[in-house]
Amino acid sequence: MQHSVSIRDLSLNFGSVKVLEHLNLDIAQGEFIVLLGPSGCGKSTLLNCIAGLLDVSDGQIFISGKNVTWEEPKDRGIGMVFQSYALYPQMSVERNLSFGLRVAGMPKDEINRRVARAAEILQIQPLLNRKPANLSGGQRQRVAIGRALVRDVDVFLFDEPLSNLDAKLRSDLRVEIKRLHQRLKNTMIYVTHDQIEALTLADRIAIMKSGVIQQLADPHTIYNKPVNLYVAGFIGSPSMNFLNGTIDGTTFTADDGTVMPINAYEFSSPVTGSRKAVLGVRPEHILLGEAAQAMPFKTEAEIEIVEPMGSETLAWTKVAGVPVTFRCSSDIPLAAGDKVTVGFDIARGSLFDAQTENRL
Amino acid sequence: MADVATQPGQGAETSTRPGFVQRLFLHNITAKVAALPMIATVLVIFVGCTAWTIYYSFTNSRLLPRNDFVGFDQYVRLFGTNRWNISITNLLMYGSMSLVLTLTLGFLLAVLMDQKIRFESAFRTIMLYPFALSFIVTGLVWQWIMNPTLGLQGTMRNLGWTGFTFDWISNPRMVLFALLIAGLWQGVGFCMVLMLAGLRGVDEEIWKAARVDGIPTWRTYISVVLPMMRGVLVTSVVIIGSGIVRLYDLVVALTNGGPGISSEVPAKYVYDYMFGGGNIGQGLAASTMMLVTVMIIMVPWAYLEFGGKGRR
Repeated sequence: MQHSVSIRDLSLNFGSVKVLEHLNLDIAQGEFIVLLGPSGCGKSTLLNCIAGLLDVSDGQIFISGKNVTWEEPKDRGIGMVFQSYALYPQMSVERNLSFGLRVAGMPKDEINRRVARAAEILQIQPLLNRKPANLSGGQRQRVAIGRALVRDVDVFLFDEPLSNLDAKLRSDLRVEIKRLHQRLKNTMIYVTHDQIEALTLADRIAIMKSGVIQQLADPHTIYNKPVNLYVAGFIGSPSMNFLNGTIDGTTFTADDGTVMPINAYEFSSPVTGSRKAVLGVRPEHILLGEAAQAMPFKTEAEIEIVEPMGSETLAWTKVAGVPVTFRCSSDIPLAAGDKVTVGFDIARGSLFDAQTENRL
Repeated sequence: MADVATQPGQGAETSTRPGFVQRLFLHNITAKVAALPMIATVLVIFVGCTAWTIYYSFTNSRLLPRNDFVGFDQYVRLFGTNRWNISITNLLMYGSMSLVLTLTLGFLLAVLMDQKIRFESAFRTIMLYPFALSFIVTGLVWQWIMNPTLGLQGTMRNLGWTGFTFDWISNPRMVLFALLIAGLWQGVGFCMVLMLAGLRGVDEEIWKAARVDGIPTWRTYISVVLPMMRGVLVTSVVIIGSGIVRLYDLVVALTNGGPGISSEVPAKYVYDYMFGGGNIGQGLAASTMMLVTVMIIMVPWAYLEFGGKGRR
């Protein structure tokens, strides 16, 4: 199958600073890819390279099978949506949508047809004669998406499009972007630092750190089988609990001497001998009460802090001398100082080599 | 003007809202006391002196002001004077050319400076430097440069180009352009710095969006960036415009109105009649006409800019 976007061995240097290094990424037709990472990890830079707004130092970019490494942005078959919306402030919404097409010399009726279609899809028909200054943030971002839509392109690029919106609007627009993708079935590349956006929207997530893709996988795999300690710690809120220790055969011995059986754990490759390791368990994989009895490892623990979140409760405790968070139903009455039995679901946990930080 | 215009409104409020007078004087009393010297200055210097000027322009005052009214005689005489009519034509010609060229050149230079060039701050300083000079110095320097025997023409002829001619300063038909060169040299840098600040205020992502849309750079400047710089443009026009109306020192230093009266300007006419010619009535009539001209331009503009808020 032909890739919609294909990045081969891409490198980008600013002077002596290497921002991207030998990066490879293949994106299938109609796929929704999210580039996720903290600020300065190179995700926006990568998007700008794909858009052609930055010249690459080395490597190639293919869009729809065509080598576009040195093409102008307008010739790449892309539409882009920016964080600050980047609407032309002195033009009406209608002009904003049609300006690029007019400059390109497209026939009037074709322009009108495309603008009408984009306005219909995004439900911005009543706004067409307004100026951007008279629109709300959500409406502006719709217009910005519309400007990409009228270009009738194969690939949509989103550069943190929801970061300037408030929380409620952000979740509304998130759903709308997902609906848009399902309707249009275009390839979409979406940059964000918000893991909720990434997990909810993406077909596949590429987690980046200092210009290198750490893991490229579907959200379920990223969440449940992170390839290394960095991905495990970055994804999930509250983040995964980590216990340092040693594995030896079928047991994991934490640094304070607590022994946990790890027969249930599926190693990605067979491990022999004893070695330093880190055990990671997500807060929702630590169970309470009767459910804990069935778990391979269980222990008594004292609750330190309780955070009721409405639909669920977060509790802080100490296991094997290390602070541990767990998540449970808000129906279970918990208070600071309570002694409870907690059980670790080792089978759904993750083990990492302490040296290489890779998944075992 | 604004003070006068708001008074009827305030009067209406006094009748409907009790305690208004108290609030008018006592609310934020420290701020009002602090503003008092400036208010006094505005009232005495601007409003008072303007009234005085208009009043005595209707008298036949000579060396000293006299209350001897002669109606519009001074104005009739003014517009019958060849020198005044030439002054006005010169100002209109110089003003329109200077305004258009300063804005255009300033904008073009700012665009060039905006291309991420090296040594930008050095260039900026060089371009802005003439603005730090007095018009007298500018005028004197350009007088030397353009002097047919001492300046550029003489130098080139001495070097062997005997046909080289650059005598605008002594040519009545071209002397206005000589003034324009000096004026632009002085003013363009400042305009450029203002425009550059305006260009820098444009969001980087607007440029990216325009590139993705396939809009050529020049088109982006004209259709997107220039309309966004409205505030800077208004500021530039006001500063350049006020510089044009009070054009005096450059003319005095560069040509002193010559050759003949071919480069006279209204401000020089006013000065010469009031202080040189001992004809206060005539000078004040001329300066009143300058005020009227400025008003004709400024009042509709101010009305559009500040009066139409409800409609926008």
